[in-house]
Amino acid sequence: MVKTKIYNLIGYTIIGFLCVSTILPIIAMILFIFSKGISRINYEFLFTVSSSMETGGIFAPIYGTIFLTFITMLIAVPIGVMSATYMSEYTKKGKLFYLLELTIVNLAGIPSVVYGLFGLGIFVLLLKIGISILAGALTMGVLILPLIITVSYQSLQAVSENIREASYALGASRLQTVVKVILPTATPGILTGIILATARVAGETAPILFTAAAYYLPSLPSSVFDKTMLLSYHLFAISTQVVGVSDEQKYGVTFVLISVVLILNLLAILIRDKISKKLGVHK
Amino acid sequence: MSINNKINVEQIKLSVENLDLFYGNNHALKKINIQIPANQITAFIGPSGCGKSSLLKCLNRMNDLISNIKITGQITVDNENIYDRKQDVTQLRRKVGMVFQKPNPFPKSIFDNVAYGIRIAGIKDKEKINNIVENSLKRVGLWKEVENRLQDSAMSLSGGQAQRLCIARTIATHPDVILMDEPTSALDPISTQVIEELILELKESYTVVIVTHNMQQAARISDITSFFYLGELVEVNPTNKIFTTPENKLTEKYITGRFG
Repeated sequence: MVKTKIYNLIGYTIIGFLCVSTILPIIAMILFIFSKGISRINYEFLFTVSSSMETGGIFAPIYGTIFLTFITMLIAVPIGVMSATYMSEYTKKGKLFYLLELTIVNLAGIPSVVYGLFGLGIFVLLLKIGISILAGALTMGVLILPLIITVSYQSLQAVSENIREASYALGASRLQTVVKVILPTATPGILTGIILATARVAGETAPILFTAAAYYLPSLPSSVFDKTMLLSYHLFAISTQVVGVSDEQKYGVTFVLISVVLILNLLAILIRDKISKKLGVHK
Repeated sequence: MSINNKINVEQIKLSVENLDLFYGNNHALKKINIQIPANQITAFIGPSGCGKSSLLKCLNRMNDLISNIKITGQITVDNENIYDRKQDVTQLRRKVGMVFQKPNPFPKSIFDNVAYGIRIAGIKDKEKINNIVENSLKRVGLWKEVENRLQDSAMSLSGGQAQRLCIARTIATHPDVILMDEPTSALDPISTQVIEELILELKESYTVVIVTHNMQQAARISDITSFFYLGELVEVNPTNKIFTTPENKLTEKYITGRFG
């Protein structure tokens, strides 16, 4: 008895320690950036378009990042979810399926800078879209497709066979079953994939380097065919390419970039929880 | 033999003729011939793997969803061959509804669960849908328990309530026949009793075919019992006959609990 208790205590202590050691660096990083950057945050910094790279407001890159993320999701989510649906509900698990699966796994492993060059070659030059939000969003879309497909596929597969049967037994066609039962049931899981993808898009730098990002623009983009400033690239630029930017400005931008990612995540999590609650399923 | 005669003159709802079923090389059902009368409860009993559930799933073609299956022979519902090429499977399944072993409500609201079948059948009239949902829930005795929380998720119901919801969902599409695949095996004794009473009420309006592991259940609620063993239909007889004076030695052994 006593021996078991001691073993348990040791076990829990080790697990607890490991758990803290994963959370601690993240908290430390956020607190560090927060403490260094918070003093720079004010209305003018957040909501005015900069007149200079070194000191000005960063509304242009904030706006650009949100705009690009939104367009990327508009492109990638329908394609990704439909691909996953096709793989989960329509294909037979034959050679073609495994080839498809292998391709997607491999795509997920390609470095993001390669996607950037691919986007430059295909969207910017070959299709002559030019450096623009659209080209950047298409490139980002390709980058996050494997993530969206994989997570969506898994949540579709997790939908119980029992409720598929229930739908068919009530006289539903396959399409009706997929659209009205399987996809809604898998929605919380699919949204998890979208949340991860959103954070990735808002933070990635390499893919938009050659396809969408402008070093400096005095105005906001007016359509998807314009270039745009972006938070991730702006941070890269002021940290490495512009002389005379104060540390406070750099930390301020970093703080905003992290906040945008966290806020997008939080929003998506809230939406997911609301849907989960409505469905009565626990995540 | 008066009971036997009575059954023979009843209208035949479902008829199975020379049915063979193979899962790959496994000959799961062998030359099955059985006639199921309308507005009666017919029970399929037998040990696990005897083919009773496989036969049940042939009756509304749920077996179509399984790959590597081969079915020969004929099944008719109201004298129409359901394996005919012209047969619309979705129409068939509306006519021959099914309730499963484990309560399987959709993760939707209680209302949407019951309305699902009629909505996919193309009914859009809100008042009509409301009426059908209310009547179906009343029919299974669930209305009083859920009328104030129709928009709650069906996942919040207890096992017995969920199974009654699944029966209401099946009734809502106005089937002629209701197939039940061990509908109480996942439920507690009190819920089981409620469902059994409900099944007895349902036979006024529907033809019920029930697969059960529980011989007492078959004895309590069914009019006709068919005993399956190793893919063969051993005996079909009125329930009170089969449980008192079975014709077949094998049936007698099973019923008296000597194997199974």
